[in-house]
Amino acid sequence: MGRTLLSAAFDLDLMFSRAYRAAITAPPLLWVAVFLLVPYAILFCYSFWSVSPSQEIVHSWTLDNYRQLLQVNVYWQTLFRSMWIAARVMIFSLFLGYPLAYFLSFHARRKELLYQLVIIPLWVSYLVRAYAWKTILGSDGVLNTLLQYVHLIRHPLDFLLYSPFAVVLTLTHIYTPFAFLPIYAALEHIPRNLVEASHDLGASPFQTFWRVIFPLSIPGVVAGATFAFVLSLGDFLAPLLLGGPSGIMISNIVVSLFGAAYNWPLGAAISFCMLALVLGLLFLSESFEKKWSFR
Amino acid sequence: MWPRATRSQLGGPDALRTAGGDAGATKCVKDTLATISEPATTGAEPSSAAPLLEIRSLAKSFGKTAVLRDISLQVAEGEFLTILGESGSGKTTLLRIIAGFESATSGEILMGGERLDNLPPYRRRVNTVFQHYALFPHLTVAENVGYGLKIARLPKQEVMTRVEQALDMVKMTAYAASKPAKISGGQQQRIALARALVNRPRLLLLDEPLSALDANLRRQMQVELKSLQREVGISFVFVTHDQEEAMVMSDRIALLRMGELEQVASPREIYNRPATAYTAQFIGHTNLLSGEVKDGVARCCDLSWRTGLRDGPGLFSLRPENIRLAAGAGSGSKVSFRGTILRQAFHGATELLQVQCTDGLVLSIRTASQENWNGDVDLEFSPADAVPVRASEIEERT
Repeated sequence: MGRTLLSAAFDLDLMFSRAYRAAITAPPLLWVAVFLLVPYAILFCYSFWSVSPSQEIVHSWTLDNYRQLLQVNVYWQTLFRSMWIAARVMIFSLFLGYPLAYFLSFHARRKELLYQLVIIPLWVSYLVRAYAWKTILGSDGVLNTLLQYVHLIRHPLDFLLYSPFAVVLTLTHIYTPFAFLPIYAALEHIPRNLVEASHDLGASPFQTFWRVIFPLSIPGVVAGATFAFVLSLGDFLAPLLLGGPSGIMISNIVVSLFGAAYNWPLGAAISFCMLALVLGLLFLSESFEKKWSFR
Repeated sequence: MWPRATRSQLGGPDALRTAGGDAGATKCVKDTLATISEPATTGAEPSSAAPLLEIRSLAKSFGKTAVLRDISLQVAEGEFLTILGESGSGKTTLLRIIAGFESATSGEILMGGERLDNLPPYRRRVNTVFQHYALFPHLTVAENVGYGLKIARLPKQEVMTRVEQALDMVKMTAYAASKPAKISGGQQQRIALARALVNRPRLLLLDEPLSALDANLRRQMQVELKSLQREVGISFVFVTHDQEEAMVMSDRIALLRMGELEQVASPREIYNRPATAYTAQFIGHTNLLSGEVKDGVARCCDLSWRTGLRDGPGLFSLRPENIRLAAGAGSGSKVSFRGTILRQAFHGATELLQVQCTDGLVLSIRTASQENWNGDVDLEFSPADAVPVRASEIEERT
């Protein structure tokens, strides 16, 4: 008797803990399902449909959209240009973010203050920062005016704005903190006695950096690089505001396909290609980070 | 036990002189060094004349806090010196200054007669075994051990041979390809040791290297470390807070207290002839007898004995094992008294008794183990065992 009572109590306990777990996990799961999985599923279906000449969605299955993506030059060329822009943004933000993170982590005295200074721009609206570059780079902008004033140039430089250059510059400015943060976190996690041990074994600061600090910070570098690349790849505001015709990126095409062009199926197909690309990258970087962790 | 062949493999002091690039420099400064007068330190000096390491009135403060004050200390070739102290005594700071991770506020350090303290850590022929081992997590055990040799740009073949020998010495050959995260604490300890010794340093610094190990492994490592030090003949400076560990391993102990050297002497000397009350209490167990000396007789409560001290207040350390049960009638040369047993504590081979004398004085007495001590006992000690000690200042100096 006692035994059954006990096990009944145990079952009750188990039931409660199950209910509790369900109550806790249900809202986020529901959120993900309603706002992520369902829209993605719908979009996925769209990518196999087509648009009739009378601008109606034809609900019959076809691979035409994906075929167009490969065959129409402007689509895959823009995709490659976007990747090239994202790659440059990634490299520049790593070259800016790494030294900054290294300095902050290993040599700065007022760490917290400097860290905040890096983070504060993130609180400023993306749009404001993009517009700021517009006023700086324009032909009547701050930079051209200054250069003309000091007589370095006679006529305004017009490659500054409405060009891939402007997009890369702006995106680098915006996403450098995203590259900085994981690198900084990785550097902060390096036990300082490893640096001392390296010095103790005869390695100069330079050798210590390349043999100990840098290898141990690689997971942070990979995470930062992934952030900068993925976020830039999908960006559409910077190219819209500053890119001009030569600086158009793939997201701008998707936006127009879903808008004025009214070709949702093709837009969905392009979106899914990008999604696959990004997921593949995230997977790669994740598995790399796992392989490169030692604790 | 460490295998025997290690001395020739790692090279003792002799091998060091021929192996090192600074061999000539070392030799000529050695001669001049003998003429340098040695600053006075308490306790026994090592027999060899020229010290390997010489610390001269070194001081260190962090901001306004003085961490080390007027430290003068020498380490001889091949010596095992332990810096012993409680936490906060400055012992780790002293070690870090020798290694070069901290700089002294004043004073100087010489090695083989040359200034050491103005060199960066990577130019000092000193290696450190860190408290938490500090093995590089991204390198294998073999790469960790070979790190210093690779930095020194030794030929690949030589790096390999020496790494193999070093791993063999610490019996870790089987783990050469493992990453540090995959081996146990004791094994990491051995690798840290091999990584330091493979560079044939002139001086090895060890920062509480055994503190993370459990008691049994720790005792075993103490013995192994000591015999390894004898084999390789390299000077060891060993930092610990464990006085037993210091006693077992050291040639000499430097007892550090609140940033000052309390006493520097061999374990036997420091135990048998503690200079201060603090030393007597910190090293081993003792009874401190505070009394008055008058006309060559010390008097503490009802006890009195002859002493060489001048008249005035006197402080004496009397080890519990030096108080014995009186065999029969008190012999004339000994101080005899009677006491009541208050408590007893079993320590295995011995027993520690708390005995109250007639006048209320409570003494600790160590005797052979025996169950159920109680009642009154006749006790005696020899006046020579009541060692006069200086009172230690209790208050912090500012």
